[in-house]
Amino acid sequence: MTTRAFQKIYTKIDNITKATVTLRATGVGNDELATVGGKLAQVVKIMGENVTLQVFAGTEGLATNSEVVFHGEPPKLKVSDNLAGRFFNAYGEPLEGGEQLEGEAREIGGPTVNPFKRLQPSELIATGIAGIDLNNTLVTGQKIPFFADPDQPYNAVMANVALRAKADKIILGGMGLTNDDFLYFKQVFENAGALDRIVSFVNTTENPPVERLLVPDMALTAAEYFAVDKGEKVLVLLTDMTLYADALAIVSNRMDQIPSKDSMPGSLYSDLAKIYEKAVQLPNGGSITIIAVTTLSGGDITHAIPDNTGYITEGQLFLRNDSDTGKVIIDPFRSLSRLKQLVIGKKTREDHPQVMNACVRLYADAANAKTKLENGFDLSDYDERALKFAHDYSEKLLAIDVNIDITEMLDTAWELFAEYFTKEEVAIKAELIAKYWKA
Amino acid sequence: MKTQGKVCGIISNIVIARAEGAVAQNEICYVYCGDTRMMAEVIKVIGEDAYVQVYDSTRGLKIGDRVEFEGHMLEATLAPGLLSKNYDGLQNDLAKMDGLFIDRGSITEPLDFNAVWEFTPLAKVGDKVSAASWLGQVQEQWIAHKIMVPFIMTGNYTVKSIVAAGSYKVTDTIAVLADVDGNEYNVTMVQKWPVKQAVRCYTEKPRPSKVMETGVRAIDTFNPLAEGGTGFIPGPFGAGKTVLQHAISKQAEADVIIIVACGERANEVVEIFKEFPELVDPRTGHKLMERTIIICNTSNMPVAAREASVYTGMTIGEYYRSMGLRVLVMADSTSRWAQALREMSNRLEELPGQDAFPMDLSAIISNFYARAGLVKLTNGKTGSVTFLGTVSPAGGNLKEPVTESTKKAARCFYALSQGRADSKRYPAIDPLDSYSKYLEYPEVEQYLGEKIEKGWVELVRKGKTIVQRGKEANDQINILGDDGVPVDYHERFWKSELIDFVVLQQDAFDDIDANCPMERQQMMYKMVLDICDYDFDFVDFNECSKFFKGLINLFRQMNYSEWKSEKFYDYQKQIEEYVASAK
Repeated sequence: MTTRAFQKIYTKIDNITKATVTLRATGVGNDELATVGGKLAQVVKIMGENVTLQVFAGTEGLATNSEVVFHGEPPKLKVSDNLAGRFFNAYGEPLEGGEQLEGEAREIGGPTVNPFKRLQPSELIATGIAGIDLNNTLVTGQKIPFFADPDQPYNAVMANVALRAKADKIILGGMGLTNDDFLYFKQVFENAGALDRIVSFVNTTENPPVERLLVPDMALTAAEYFAVDKGEKVLVLLTDMTLYADALAIVSNRMDQIPSKDSMPGSLYSDLAKIYEKAVQLPNGGSITIIAVTTLSGGDITHAIPDNTGYITEGQLFLRNDSDTGKVIIDPFRSLSRLKQLVIGKKTREDHPQVMNACVRLYADAANAKTKLENGFDLSDYDERALKFAHDYSEKLLAIDVNIDITEMLDTAWELFAEYFTKEEVAIKAELIAKYWKA
Repeated sequence: MKTQGKVCGIISNIVIARAEGAVAQNEICYVYCGDTRMMAEVIKVIGEDAYVQVYDSTRGLKIGDRVEFEGHMLEATLAPGLLSKNYDGLQNDLAKMDGLFIDRGSITEPLDFNAVWEFTPLAKVGDKVSAASWLGQVQEQWIAHKIMVPFIMTGNYTVKSIVAAGSYKVTDTIAVLADVDGNEYNVTMVQKWPVKQAVRCYTEKPRPSKVMETGVRAIDTFNPLAEGGTGFIPGPFGAGKTVLQHAISKQAEADVIIIVACGERANEVVEIFKEFPELVDPRTGHKLMERTIIICNTSNMPVAAREASVYTGMTIGEYYRSMGLRVLVMADSTSRWAQALREMSNRLEELPGQDAFPMDLSAIISNFYARAGLVKLTNGKTGSVTFLGTVSPAGGNLKEPVTESTKKAARCFYALSQGRADSKRYPAIDPLDSYSKYLEYPEVEQYLGEKIEKGWVELVRKGKTIVQRGKEANDQINILGDDGVPVDYHERFWKSELIDFVVLQQDAFDDIDANCPMERQQMMYKMVLDICDYDFDFVDFNECSKFFKGLINLFRQMNYSEWKSEKFYDYQKQIEEYVASAK
């Protein structure tokens, strides 16, 4: 960062903590960036002359006489079409050591879209995965996370969804991504010949955790450029939001804030909402869709991070290992897409809503039968049939390796109904039974 | 002369302003950041330092920046023209804002001050009036909007003059009032009221005695909400809080609906923006939007304004109540409001209560719920504000501070259960945990007896007992196995399933089933109860479950059929034959 003529340089730091430094300075704006001993920092608190800065890379090695230079502006990203196909770090600097970006510098974490100016999302995103398309249909402008345990292949599923989604741009925001996963994404996108549609902002596990806090805002500033200015359909992938929230907790802890549930800051809900609510369907045809990953600890969704996320996002996709078929499935009970009502039966075949619900209801009956079996009770004939149905349903429709179109999914469901149940047991509207029942 | 001040500290959206004169707690001030003027509220004063929460981002704000105190608290502007508007939490009209993004410091007028209204006087010269007395009326959409003596005018007045019927702007003087000392006051059609204070211009607040129909069977039949009553809907995410609230806002038997989207998803508000102007209220034949006001502070909008949004909504509700109307105020979700309080309290470094919420959370919530109610106006007519809030308990655990505090304040409790939502039994209102205290009111019991049929509340209790006994039977079956219990137990269980599937469950996305009028609810409920009354003689549990599954299927088809259509009666006949064959 070059020093400009009018910038004042300070060389006396009063306090240093693990993540922050405090010094006496004047004329400093809130949220402004600064360089402290060569490290990037941001103003987080001003009390009279005392300015507190959060140093992203940590304060190791900083001295009381380290040089502090204020930049006079909040973090910005230079946006232009040249973003496409590039990989950046959390500060928006090119990773592969390529040329610096040219373009209009925009403040990250900008203002909110007026809710009155938004359009209702209405365009279906087909992924070929029946656990998503049939049961939890995605729509452009939606925000939805995968809830998954760390050992599940969520990054692979997400990469698949991204590539099949027919987006104009895919923006990857990697937070605490392992280097291996980062290279995996890079390779998958390269193999698919999609690199020119991809922009990546990556903070790997090798980088300081607090830097992660900039990644979602950087990714979404780039997304807004393509969606708002260019009218493009943009898909933003954020992985892993749990590590982002952990970084928030670290900062809040070092700022002596009183923690609320699970040691998370009291503002966790607002902090996450600011990111997820950037998902939008715009009147110019552009859209921002956010697909995120929230890793869980042992499937516990009551932890503050997945819990707050669930209240913000428009549903969640829950990955689970199905012991019956040995496959990773999208759990039909705990997964939900809140926006599916806008498209199912409207953009898809009329029987979609009822077929979807009937499948889940019958699958629930199978779960009850399984409990009975585990408790050593005899199964009724219906229970036996429900269990067989559940196995096929899991294998042919719920598994994440399924790749078929929605009409085929519905036909498959009708085949399973006819194979294992009577019309009464399926309990779908009579008109639909008359039309679609596979004799 | 307004008190001036200067910024001397910034912690996120809390700004410390050194005031050069008097400041009041909760006073509104403006903080200037360059050319941008941001609204803020005083929340603490220590010596010369006023701690203000800024309703916007404080990015770029510097020490020494100017602050100007306004000398009044946060106020709502009340006048004809509020209906159908979409406001933010501070009553800025969202439709009037330019640009796609809401820029910092955006302020728009809540009303169209140039609009002309046809005024008809109701009071005459010499009338004795006081705050909230009706002076005249204008036609706002299809509501006779009463022009009242401003709520802030305490004491008694005499009408000195009042304009003749004709066209006036809201800012025109329509009457001159004189107090006992002969001082004269000009009254226009617009008044202001500080949102955090309850409007108390009424003679008494009797207990609610009527029921507000919502078209949702699990509420109307099982746990009715009283007109002027309070209720809340706690539930984990995905349990269907918002869908249920939307259904109620579309169908409820109210004159004015105020929806406060408090810290929730923007796409849900967009749904209301797009749908309500299209949908028609079946009772009046008018567009839903004509009776609706939306206050919208979505989760990414400034946190401090989130707290203001619920108060703004309630104040507008009280204003319409004073016109003798039935108002329904809904807030989704009050937990977000409580979280906003927590964020503020945290930044002020107050000692925290449970889960880091402020100590007075419970008092704040009960004060707020207490603003709802049925009131007798000074002219003897009645008006009501019914309040329904949702609560988003952390981790779905109902033992958290917001749920517990609300439980003390609200009279109806609609607990949404994760188990029901998982098995797609919507609405997921738990039939056993939920309650309506109004069922215990003798006046409500009498009202229902007259409106629906004699002994209705008894029938409701009977249905609840069947559900309770069904659950107990099911527990036994799960412990002892299908064969381990008498067939009786299965019959008991399936009778409760019958009530569950036919009465409690309802398809909010089906055009017909979504809204079930009371008359239809009564008929279906009694059909079901008649069947439950009969002792069947099943050979074994397989026969029992087969019979009830078939029966439930027929009933579901009936629920999907148009009320009193040929198809509807056809299914009724089929059900009667089906049941007769099993007897």
